[in-house]
Amino acid sequence: MKTDQIVNLSRRRFVAGSAVSLAGLTLGIIPTVAAEQREAGPGIAGQAPETAGDFSPNAFLRIDGDGIVTVISKHLEMGQGTYTGMATLVAEELDADWEKVRVEGAPADAGRYNNLFWGKAQGTGGSTAIANSWKQMRKAGAAARQMLVQAAAKQWQVEAAEIKVKSGVISHPPSGRQAGFGELAELAAKQSVPESVMLKDPKSFSLIGQRVPRKDSPEKINGQAIFTQDVKLPGMLTAVVLHPPRLGATLSKIDAKGVLAVKGVREVIQIPSGVAVVADDFWQAKLGRDALSVSWDESKAFRKSSAQILEDYRQLAEKPGLTARTEGDGATALASADDAIEAEYSVPFLSHSAMEPMNCVVRIDEAGCEVWNGEQMQTSDQHQIAALLGLEPQQVHINMLYAGGSFGRRANPAADYLLETVHIAKALKPGTPLKMVWTREDDTHAGYYRPLYLHRMRAALNDQGEPHVWDQRIVGQSILKGTPFESVMVKDGVDMTSVEGAANLPYEIKHIQVDLHSPELPVPVLWWRAVGSTHTAFAVECFIDELAVKAGQDPLAYRRKLLRNHPRHLGVLNLAAEKAGWGEPMGRNRGQGIAVHESFNSYVAQVVEVSVRRNVISVDRVVIAVDCGVAVNPDVVVAQMEGGMGFGLSATLLSELTFREGRVEQSNFTDYRILRIDQMPEVEVHIVASAEAPTGVGEPATPVIAPAVANAVFAATGQRLRQLPLRLG
Amino acid sequence: MLNLSINGERHALDLDPQTPLLWAIRDHVGLTGTKYSCGIAQCGSCTVYLDGAPVRACITPVSDAVGKQVTTIEGLSSPAGQAVQAAWRELEVVQCGYCQSGQIMSAASLLQRNRKPTDADIDQAMQGNLCRCATYARIRQAIKVAADKLNGVQS
Repeated sequence: MKTDQIVNLSRRRFVAGSAVSLAGLTLGIIPTVAAEQREAGPGIAGQAPETAGDFSPNAFLRIDGDGIVTVISKHLEMGQGTYTGMATLVAEELDADWEKVRVEGAPADAGRYNNLFWGKAQGTGGSTAIANSWKQMRKAGAAARQMLVQAAAKQWQVEAAEIKVKSGVISHPPSGRQAGFGELAELAAKQSVPESVMLKDPKSFSLIGQRVPRKDSPEKINGQAIFTQDVKLPGMLTAVVLHPPRLGATLSKIDAKGVLAVKGVREVIQIPSGVAVVADDFWQAKLGRDALSVSWDESKAFRKSSAQILEDYRQLAEKPGLTARTEGDGATALASADDAIEAEYSVPFLSHSAMEPMNCVVRIDEAGCEVWNGEQMQTSDQHQIAALLGLEPQQVHINMLYAGGSFGRRANPAADYLLETVHIAKALKPGTPLKMVWTREDDTHAGYYRPLYLHRMRAALNDQGEPHVWDQRIVGQSILKGTPFESVMVKDGVDMTSVEGAANLPYEIKHIQVDLHSPELPVPVLWWRAVGSTHTAFAVECFIDELAVKAGQDPLAYRRKLLRNHPRHLGVLNLAAEKAGWGEPMGRNRGQGIAVHESFNSYVAQVVEVSVRRNVISVDRVVIAVDCGVAVNPDVVVAQMEGGMGFGLSATLLSELTFREGRVEQSNFTDYRILRIDQMPEVEVHIVASAEAPTGVGEPATPVIAPAVANAVFAATGQRLRQLPLRLG
Repeated sequence: MLNLSINGERHALDLDPQTPLLWAIRDHVGLTGTKYSCGIAQCGSCTVYLDGAPVRACITPVSDAVGKQVTTIEGLSSPAGQAVQAAWRELEVVQCGYCQSGQIMSAASLLQRNRKPTDADIDQAMQGNLCRCATYARIRQAIKVAADKLNGVQS
């Protein structure tokens, strides 16, 4: 096995002629792939510089003279608990006192902070944060621990082997000496960097696997946490942008007279995405925009409606698409089946609708561009901004702030709202900080939606009622075509994110055919929490239920039989069924439904109970089982299961973004509806005990709820709903 | 000049009286714990108190706050508020956190009026507060834990 290389960063930075003089030692554990990458940027953009006496053993942590351990998180905290997770991994191997651990967001610097699953790119997504950092962060903590021990051995003139570290205290039991991390920080900084480190035996973990308190909770409870929306810089201006009413419409005439009369309005700036009104504060900018008189040329604008798009897709599904998976000979087997079953499933466009609408702060001067953002894709955003401004990527400094939700929206390869902000800022006097704020309506209308999808499902059963043919034809826009991800994630024309959850169908079936049409539309689309699985799991897990019904078999028993070679699917399926009391009588107008799905290498099963009264579906109870390998923080895992399911439940019951003649019909939470507390079911989460390396938990609960609810509605009413959001009657 | 009292401090603001209280608090007083999300009183992220009663600051003209005591998340110090904040930590309610100031203001206000809320009371009092992370199950539970704390019940 190849060990990661441990490099002394402070020396390399010094050699490179950095103006920053570092008192301590800075070493980094550099994955081999990035070892040749440049060293760039300040240690911590916008944060306090290191001071004498600090110990920064590597790019991921710093220990100051008071013994405070600051963990540098390379991943964005957007609610999923990443800051706590990163800190837990470091603190575990460091044997730090959890109370004295703090977390800071890393600057944009792919050389040190790349996502190990994304090659040379830095970013957060695809439920990879803990999975890719699992060993890297632990090694960072272990290296620091070893250097503290060396320092103590030197100071006390004792054998390093006799030294113990526990909860932030370094001790030498034979002599009774002990010290805190802070007391030894300065000396530790002078120790040689270990060439390799030993990681703990999981049996001796004291933080991993425990419910340690979240690091971001206190400041999110007292209003002190700073989101992009809260950034305030001296001389900062605020911009609100008027976007065209339809995609593809262009500005034909603009009358800004009334706007400049609005108090506080400074400038009206035409930018590629619309017209920006810049003012001293948000409300003035918004009043300015309200006063703007603009006419648009809509001759080339998008004019389609969702119903028409769906109909086009239906036609397309009549023809074979590009093959995503072939086993056996599905076409022949289907043609010869007397009793083929066919069904069409569809899902609408969806908006991410994070509670914090998209926003960004940018300041451009001679030295470069500084950005404050709930930053999810540093490397890609650096490149996009640099290209627009004619800068080198490392001249784009990004401060990663908390994101008030994202669900994929802040990870846009097109960097749309960031570039919009940069376009405005570059029209201002150099050095002027600019905050660009979208209103809720802007956020709903601005695109980058989960694409509308249609699935045409066909199957035939054998004598035992088991499917021997499965044919799934998927129609929907490619998310990745035209992005830098295309070369890696679009294979032979098949966008992996369009077919994930379908092409890897786990059920044992002789003939399997999965194909894909990726029609092009001007509607900008993007990943939305759990990406392809948000539609594939709905189609697959409902259709398998239909087959069970057709075969006259229990949906759980049916799945068990077809998953006989998939122990991790079976594990969660059985656990959820057992805890939920699968098969218990539900009474009138009530029903149970089940679904199981793997996404991002984690396995989730859900059993739901619904009640139906006057065509209204109420989800009463959801029992979730998850297998995500080692649960680094079981309470965070539970929270992500609860929340991920709840997020999916919005799309199951309420949310739908529709076009009518090219205009988005929804604008705010009045018509783009999301789950409220009175619609939240009772939730119970069970974690499968596992020694496997950890896998993601931010997304995998989301796709499972829609099919589980639809299956329960069928059990309660006999009505099979195949379109999201689910509507009876 | 509009004279406001926010969290016990006086502020004289030179603003159009129709400016929403939310933007007065955020952009002019500089307290950013109160959040903007919908602007039309549909989500509750901007919940503050006027003389102890919860209002949505995004649709409340700043002039309505003149002569009243404004309380924001930064100034929440009532026993109910403290119990709610403690319960929020104990149960780790928070995820992204953006809506949580509003959730906490609404929850504390509920407990101010009703020390033993039922699930139905909670749902009714809290349904104006959206949480896209769907932390609702924990919000419900945390309000009950906070109620127990207020009532001196050992949890």
